[in-house]
Amino acid sequence: MTALEPAVGAPAAPRRPGRLRRLLESPVLTSRQSLAGLVILGIVVLAALTAPLFVHGDVQAKVGPVFAPPSHRFWLGTDGGGADMAKLLLMGARVSLLVGFASAAVSVLIGGTVGILSGFFGGKVDIVLMRITDYVLVLPDIPLMIVVAALFGRSLTNIIVIIGVIYWTSTARLLRAQVKSVRERVYVQRARALGAGNARLIFRHVLPQVTPLLVANTVLFVAYAIFAETFISFLGLGDPSIVSWGRLIQNAFTDDAILNNAWWAIVPPGVAVVVVVVACTMVGQAMEDAFNPRLRSGHLSTRRFRLRPVPAREPR
Amino acid sequence: MRGTDYVLKRVFFAVATVLVAITVNFVLFRAVPGDAVSALRCRQCTPQFKAYQRSQLGLDRSKLEQYWLYVDNLVHGDMGRSLRTQDPVWSTLWTPLKNTLPMVALGTLFSIVLGVATGVISAWRRGTAVDKVGLWGGLAFYAMPPQWLGLMIVLFVAGALGLPTSGIETPTLGILGDASTWTIVVDRLKHMVLPATALGLVLYGDYTLIVRSAMLETLGEDYVLTARAKGLSNWATVWKHGLRNAMLPVITLVALSLGFIIGGAITIEYVFSYPGIGLEIVEAIDQRDWPIVQGAFLLLAFSVIFFNLVADLLYFKLDPRVTE
Repeated sequence: MTALEPAVGAPAAPRRPGRLRRLLESPVLTSRQSLAGLVILGIVVLAALTAPLFVHGDVQAKVGPVFAPPSHRFWLGTDGGGADMAKLLLMGARVSLLVGFASAAVSVLIGGTVGILSGFFGGKVDIVLMRITDYVLVLPDIPLMIVVAALFGRSLTNIIVIIGVIYWTSTARLLRAQVKSVRERVYVQRARALGAGNARLIFRHVLPQVTPLLVANTVLFVAYAIFAETFISFLGLGDPSIVSWGRLIQNAFTDDAILNNAWWAIVPPGVAVVVVVVACTMVGQAMEDAFNPRLRSGHLSTRRFRLRPVPAREPR
Repeated sequence: MRGTDYVLKRVFFAVATVLVAITVNFVLFRAVPGDAVSALRCRQCTPQFKAYQRSQLGLDRSKLEQYWLYVDNLVHGDMGRSLRTQDPVWSTLWTPLKNTLPMVALGTLFSIVLGVATGVISAWRRGTAVDKVGLWGGLAFYAMPPQWLGLMIVLFVAGALGLPTSGIETPTLGILGDASTWTIVVDRLKHMVLPATALGLVLYGDYTLIVRSAMLETLGEDYVLTARAKGLSNWATVWKHGLRNAMLPVITLVALSLGFIIGGAITIEYVFSYPGIGLEIVEAIDQRDWPIVQGAFLLLAFSVIFFNLVADLLYFKLDPRVTE
């Protein structure tokens, strides 16, 4: 359908630039926004990975006075328990990013599987799977997540799985549409005619075509999962022994940081979430635009995190 | 007729989704480790009380029987009773729901008006400084956790405006003689402003981005060019030809974001101690009062499904081509 096939007898197309060249020239690395997003994400991930080098022992331990303002000793002051906010923030990045990436992986795995099966096999499989997807799509996601977390939550693994299991619908929809078009392409038809089985067709011919899209989707999901984690933690449904950005926002609230006018205990974790979410959104969108220009009409996609500004352009 | 077909199909889908929601609700709460009663935390919750609760809830019967009982009760409007207070779930949830609705409506209205206005201006003046400010502002608000935005408002804005930051009315209101209706309404509105603003701003980020991108699409269409060529004013081009068409995807997306609106309302009510359905859910979860949580979830699911149906029908009204 959308396959760009050279017309018979047309002059040979100019040789495609190599893979590396294409990657370097893609909007992911050339657009300023996406580059800025990548740099920011890189710094945060690096900080999270190297955190154990700077932080030793229990970050939640009392090391100073309660709600001490930022000073030479405590760069970001201390929280309601007298713990160093800067260190809490650093260690919180580890958990928040872990939840972000792991949940995104879970959701993309489920959504990808459903989408590929649905798009590839079509027919009854498609009808059944898409029905299920439509139903899950309409159920209010965050209340559902809160309820499931309240019932089964409390451990980090459970929370990761819960977030992933609830947010797979848009990936499934997106992948289905994409796979439906890939399936009809000539090279897939040829492989089928040569006797390739379904498994080989899916893994060898269809999956590589949709992988970039899956990756872009994962990046967008990281933002959403981090966001979702703050909800769960804020309602006290997170693992009480683990520090995450969501947990820090909750701590600030329950420890009455506001009454103490301790802005340093409230502002940083939220700013961290905003920065990472914006960075992921920018990178993910640039990736999607690069790999699937048809998606540029962003408003046609379904979910909140997929609503993105379309790059400005002149009217046709 | 095609239109009738479409409407029937959407209504059928809504009804089916309601059934799915009921089933999900049933399965989730039976799949809890232990059972609905064992984790209950309250002062009068002795083992005898719990055993009584179990037989009351029918937990000693088979799963299928339980499911049937649950659906049967729901059909008769019986959502069970709170494990803590023994009051019917429906009456426990009714008051908070009445408190939540105006707050959420105010916030949503605020965000739609502001979001559409800035989104349209951004798209119309694309690439300019105005657009940049609108875009980045929208993206920033879109990325903020609602509860954090609420805390920010309490910390930096509430004091300056002199608005109350918790509760739904001043506790001392009725003490010095009966307050007039007018005073009560004003007092309630004052309490509503900050939570509604917090919710509105989070949604605003969302909506302004959607409206902008939908408008950009629409403004590139040929009929917009025709409208301009005919010599229509900018106003008529943008608002009548552009926005009307751009509203189509916006409606769908607003309906789909309802789950998020409600989620935002839950944490925001918690921040502002606003006694709405969100705060009720938080308290019920805290005390493991599952029938209340279950009822609240069902109520929220029903309203989301209902508004999605409304959006579908509205879409049909605006663009009958949808049936094709």
